[in-house]
Amino acid sequence: MSGTTRAIGASTPRLDAADKATGRAEYADDVARPGMLYAAIHTSPHAHARIRGYRLEAARAIPGVKAIVTGADLAGPHCGGIIKDESMVARGKVRYVGEPVAAVAATDPETAGRAAAAIEVDYEPLEPVLSIDAALAPGAPLLHEDYPSYVKTVQGGGHGNVVFESTVEEGDVERGFAECDTIVEATWETQAQHHVYLETNGCVADVDASGRITLYATCQSVHHIQQRVAEELGEPMSRIRVRATRVGGGFGGKHASNIHSIAAWLARAARRPVKLVLSRMQDFEIQRSRHPARVWMRTGARRDGTILARDVRVTIDGGAYADESPPVLAFALLMSRGPYRIPNVRARGAAVYTNKLRAGSFRGFGNPQASFAGESQIDELARALGLDPVELRLKNAMRPGDTAFGGQQVPSCVLRECIERVRAAQRAAPPLAPRPGRRRGVGYAALSHISGLMGTAASVQLRTDGSIALATGCVDIGQGSDTVLVQICADALSVPIDRVSYAPQDSDSSPYNWKTAGSRSTYMTGRAVALATHELRAKMLAHAGDMMECAVEDLELRPGGLVGLKGLPKAVSFKEVALRSLFHSGGPIAATHGFVFDGPGFDPKRAAIHQLAFANLGVYTYGAHCVEVDVDEATGAVEVRRAWCAHDPGRAINPAACEGQIQGGFVQGIGYALTEAMHWNAEGWLTTTTLADYKVPGVLDCPVEILPILLEDPDPTHPVGAKGVGEISLVGAAPAIANAVADATGARVRRLPMFPERVLAAIDARA
Amino acid sequence: MSTPYPLALQVNGAEHRLEAALGDTLLTVLRDALALTGAKRGCNQGVCGACTVLADGEPVRACLTLAHECAGREIVTIEGAAGRAQALQEAFVETGAVQCGFCSPGMILTAAAMLERTPRPSADEVRAGLSGNLCRCSGYRKIVDAVLRAAETGAP
Repeated sequence: MSGTTRAIGASTPRLDAADKATGRAEYADDVARPGMLYAAIHTSPHAHARIRGYRLEAARAIPGVKAIVTGADLAGPHCGGIIKDESMVARGKVRYVGEPVAAVAATDPETAGRAAAAIEVDYEPLEPVLSIDAALAPGAPLLHEDYPSYVKTVQGGGHGNVVFESTVEEGDVERGFAECDTIVEATWETQAQHHVYLETNGCVADVDASGRITLYATCQSVHHIQQRVAEELGEPMSRIRVRATRVGGGFGGKHASNIHSIAAWLARAARRPVKLVLSRMQDFEIQRSRHPARVWMRTGARRDGTILARDVRVTIDGGAYADESPPVLAFALLMSRGPYRIPNVRARGAAVYTNKLRAGSFRGFGNPQASFAGESQIDELARALGLDPVELRLKNAMRPGDTAFGGQQVPSCVLRECIERVRAAQRAAPPLAPRPGRRRGVGYAALSHISGLMGTAASVQLRTDGSIALATGCVDIGQGSDTVLVQICADALSVPIDRVSYAPQDSDSSPYNWKTAGSRSTYMTGRAVALATHELRAKMLAHAGDMMECAVEDLELRPGGLVGLKGLPKAVSFKEVALRSLFHSGGPIAATHGFVFDGPGFDPKRAAIHQLAFANLGVYTYGAHCVEVDVDEATGAVEVRRAWCAHDPGRAINPAACEGQIQGGFVQGIGYALTEAMHWNAEGWLTTTTLADYKVPGVLDCPVEILPILLEDPDPTHPVGAKGVGEISLVGAAPAIANAVADATGARVRRLPMFPERVLAAIDARA
Repeated sequence: MSTPYPLALQVNGAEHRLEAALGDTLLTVLRDALALTGAKRGCNQGVCGACTVLADGEPVRACLTLAHECAGREIVTIEGAAGRAQALQEAFVETGAVQCGFCSPGMILTAAAMLERTPRPSADEVRAGLSGNLCRCSGYRKIVDAVLRAAETGAP
């Protein structure tokens, strides 16, 4: 890369790509330490049971077994993100099949596995609660009898098996409906989707002579894991160090810590390193899923298509532990208005406990469920009004200066442009030849999402040779943040990106970052990087001004690492500035910048908000999807033929990375729409524990033409105008496909995934 | 532990004399005994393709292949990539086909074997050739583009 090329806006190859393509990149299971033991987990065979006792003699007697932990060993408080209701291994009760009950460390994986199987647990089976209806039924068995005594960081009105309830309301819904000419109403159901990051969750816990633990983990935040493990082991955080390995995908599934404490506990007990890497089956059974949801929605409009009112009820199935259920529910409610101007909206919701795998954070975070219902209903409303669904969207679409649901001001909004661009692109594309036995349909979805949340920081330092050391706590989970953050830093100093090193994440040294989540890395950590770099630049210019005996205002950065005097050839190199700094300011020039998302919050004058789990969210991003599908008349199978995905990245720092996020997100959305479903049997056993049973889209299940359209509208709150596109790309797939199926067949499928038999049943129901 | 038996394996052009149990898979031996961790354990169920290596030029699932079955066969892992595989590595990097990277070694070796048979594939032939390898990040488009690019520019 030449020194004069701007780093921002270039589709620079990713910094980590060559290591990954050559097999050099080190993922969690690639870490090995001398004398390392292997952990195996004993899991619950019951969906709901009381633990009466453990018999460990047989396991202990196996040669090579070095440590065992059960719930009886845990004395500290329960852990968890929002509601502290869980432990690294079950205590007192098990609440889902596959829940860790005990764990073993042994000299090799086979011995560890045999020992885990040899652990005997005495259970008193209890009636399992396996659905939303069962959880809410009068007299339903309680999953968490101790719920009232749990520590909660957000109070949310839980009772019985209800984890959390919340409400958002604007305007007067009843009056709004009274003024409507047409009202539509329906219920949608969505399934549990698994993240299926190709690298299963895992870590290696090492321990030094003093007992201090170092974890090498595939994760979405070293700081989060450090906090959780310290809490669970009763150690100060200074005694727990977490280092991120390369991460083979996350998508939200590695956002919280659940297995790391097990490895750390065993390592501390055995005084030896311990590797714990989940098998694919255990990863399915004990990690987390997207929330299954039921969304009831009613929307009304005037004859001319002006939408006046919407009423929504969202119930999500959180599984056995609260995890991120409260904020997922709250975000689903906030997204349930859709990206439209609707003056009267009421959204009410609840998250419930059931005896299944916990549900948690997953790309979209409640928005895919809400948007599947909302964007399907917009099409149904258009049909009832006799209007074109795209025109109905354009008529009601949010515009710059509008407020989002909850009252937050939205200064920039390119939603209408996104909708118009995908429609124009689809119309301009050469038509695909019709195929016998297939019906063709076109469907649209309009979308919004956020980019932001919580705290982050960056530090940047001028090395003595004039090159730059950048560090943040942001873990690259495959989305490309390492590269994008380096591009932002290099651009602010007009140096090629190979002059900037980027430190791997280490809780001992990395600036704080909440998590790789919330489409926030480019927006939040990118802002911190830009502002830290600006501060570094100011300090460098002050030194250069002294060196050239001139005012800072007369200086400029020149490409390739020079500070020059404006209008004159005179310049000093970054290296000269750096060397001077060692003698004039006591060390290398450095700057840090940290902040918490500081954008506008909700407006209590506009919206009545009850228990939302957030104070403010982030900046809004917008998008629109258009898909063409073929529906097989005989089998009901749906094939996505082409897709156009318009998104607003603010400013695309690395356009190829944006495109990769959009194409990958859309395909994960195709899986959600058509093939992916976790299934539990009547006893609560998960039956989809292999990739043969749980169908992730392969290349033949995806269209070649997934065409990203980047509508750059720089965000005024970001120094270089960027926003995130990581999650929103998944959100539109299911509703756009459902709308295309309806366009092709006249049949409305309101349940995900749209398996062929469900499509056929909907076609039959129509007749 | 299961009884180990002597095994001679040809990997990346070198002969390795080691011991492996009869039930040990090629993947376990490559990763644990030879420290060739480029082959990834994505599912250990033979579905995802992340463990793909070449045996006598043909892609095999190292997680479903017993190590002792590979005696006398020429094994190539991503660490031994040369020729077409190397051109593919470069094309994957340049095209933006590598995201989390966990599928990349298996994809690249699968594609290398396909290009050996079909040096100038169509996009549909590339798709068919990669249909046994899962990627969760990219939506496949840039992977297909990378293979086509390598076929155009990188054939030795």
